Amino acid sequence: MATMSRIEATFAALRQRQETALIPFITAGDPDLKVAAEIILTLVDAGADLIELGVPFSDPMADGPTIQASSERALAAGTTLSGVLQLVAEVRKKTAVPLILMGYYNPVFCYGVERFVRDAVAAGVDGLLLVDLPPEEAAEISPLLHESGVALITLLAPTTPRERMQRLAAVAEGYLYYVSMTGVTGGQKISPEDIRLAVDDLKGMTNVPVGVGFGITTVADACAVGTFADGVVVGSALVKIIEKYGKSEELLPEVAKFVAELKGGLTALTS
Amino acid sequence: MNYQYPDERGHFGQYGGRYVAETLMPALLELEQAYAEARQDPEFQREIDYYLKHYVGRPSPLYFAERLTNELGGAKIYLKREDLNHTGAHKVNNTVGQILLARRMGKKKVIAETGAGQHGVATATVAALFGMECEVFMGKEDIRRQSLNVYRMKLLGAKVIEVTSGTATLKDAMNDALRHWVTHVRDTFYVIGTVAGPHPYPLLVRDFQSVIGIEAKQQLQEAEGCLPDVAVACIGGGSNAMGLFYPFIDDLSVQLLGVEAAGFGVATGKHAASISAGSPGVLHGNKTYLLQDDDGQIQHAHSISAGLDYPGVGPEHAHLNDIERAQYVSVTDDEALHAFHQLTRLEGIIPALESAHAIAQVIKLAPTLGADKIILVNLSGRGDKDIHTVAESSGVELL
Ligand SMILES: Cc1ncc(COP(=O)(O)O)c(C=O)c1O
Repeated sequence: MATMSRIEATFAALRQRQETALIPFITAGDPDLKVAAEIILTLVDAGADLIELGVPFSDPMADGPTIQASSERALAAGTTLSGVLQLVAEVRKKTAVPLILMGYYNPVFCYGVERFVRDAVAAGVDGLLLVDLPPEEAAEISPLLHESGVALITLLAPTTPRERMQRLAAVAEGYLYYVSMTGVTGGQKISPEDIRLAVDDLKGMTNVPVGVGFGITTVADACAVGTFADGVVVGSALVKIIEKYGKSEELLPEVAKFVAELKGGLTALTS
Repeated sequence: MNYQYPDERGHFGQYGGRYVAETLMPALLELEQAYAEARQDPEFQREIDYYLKHYVGRPSPLYFAERLTNELGGAKIYLKREDLNHTGAHKVNNTVGQILLARRMGKKKVIAETGAGQHGVATATVAALFGMECEVFMGKEDIRRQSLNVYRMKLLGAKVIEVTSGTATLKDAMNDALRHWVTHVRDTFYVIGTVAGPHPYPLLVRDFQSVIGIEAKQQLQEAEGCLPDVAVACIGGGSNAMGLFYPFIDDLSVQLLGVEAAGFGVATGKHAASISAGSPGVLHGNKTYLLQDDDGQIQHAHSISAGLDYPGVGPEHAHLNDIERAQYVSVTDDEALHAFHQLTRLEGIIPALESAHAIAQVIKLAPTLGADKIILVNLSGRGDKDIHTVAESSGVELL
């Protein structure tokens, strides 16, 4: 058997400890790429198990105001996809945490799909999650990713019919990302009971772990979802802290504090 | 030629498709299914025909622009008078079709994006007609430029939602409409205003607009007993052009000519000429030509005409360009303004600034063709909404 990927190894270790993965999301390049590198290492030290790195895009149609503004800040700071790949290469020297690039297809398409896959592997990217690239349109990139061992993460939503879920879940790579509500990122309050039903159902359809995201903003939300999901993604709430503290000295301590609280809540679930 | 696009997954060659968030995928599949059934149902077609005739006022006339023809001294120029439709533009052909489809699907609420406000007005109009709730997303910048249409929409009972994200124009209105749709997809029908967006929108908007070309073909047959040599239309997203072109697509003797907005001039970078000066990419659910930088970030479009001020184009035009079935050129703000005045003075027809782009190309083209040639041009809308913009450009202050 092939060696385990960093994503697989991470979830395997968590499973052993009966822990839920904490998956923070930040936009790469907000407030700029240099500070983003420090944020990533801070996230790891504070207990992040995997990290989703947003690749900024001018037209983030699946994002709410918080991540839209974060994308705009990153672009204004001159962030490009090649800059994001350099960031990954740099932090990869210091940590083995799985890094998943999340964003929209156009920057990847314009970079050149083959060139992107080659450079992403070289930099140490573990997964790719493209919000506007459903499996139906993924044929020009998915075989290349598959060959290179970079997981193409599949999103499933509350509106996804069960038959479609089964079909997509059966061939999922890395982990499955269940969108916790019908809306954009940072949306309204989530309903953990509805999510539990969907996630329990989904777990029976797949061999990969199931992460849940979109709208998880508090330690209480994370814990509620963490009792049944394999991973919880926290995005907008963290991005708001980055927005608030910018490049100030308080930024890294505040990020560390929030993430440690989330991680503390999740680990307390097992004990 | 036997033109058969899109394929069953909504691709026009390498363009088109369905690049959307998973949350929307099921809604698009449902829409595709509902439309496939409606398309086969003669009752649905009868309903559309009824409203197009008695409500919109179709068929729209085909008018021989004799004085413009004489002035230019070349090909005969025929105007397809979409400006005479109820609400003043071609946009209503599409909104009638989509609202009837929404009703068939049992939806009670509709949303739309709008640039010039013409599509917003056309959507608000049919929403009033069928008693449906309507919200229209419009960029802050366009709300300023098109205040008359904003008020019309409000009178019609629609809620106009100001979009301040990004560049606060049409592309951002579409982003926010898509975000709203993601959140309310279960009970809301999204009425897209042009041949763009994810499949099946480019297909169904083309179908609903094809009445333009079908009528024009027959009317010209009656008037001249032949096909046109050239069919000309302006290109925002490309719906009035697709509606004119599609019924001629297998008539290879007919040149199809799309006119993009060159704004201050393509060389200045301030324009909206996605095919002439853009590159392939993915935005708003489809792959097509876009104005973008090397990193795939979408750039600002510029045109004096709000309806053309969009950094993309419908995927079918991208395909028609690549297979060379249609040609795409661009004209500047100044050329469009000049054409606006010329048509107004010579024919007593005040065109929309969008349509004035098509006229500007005709002004260049007609003198180069013989008097035995025929140009068919789509006069996609009337210019009342643009009077303030034109006055401003002439240094005239209106109250
Ligand atoms: C009168 C008129 N013509 C043309 C357009 C451009 O749209 P399309 O290219 O889809 O026809 C608009 C858009 O608002 C319009 O109002």
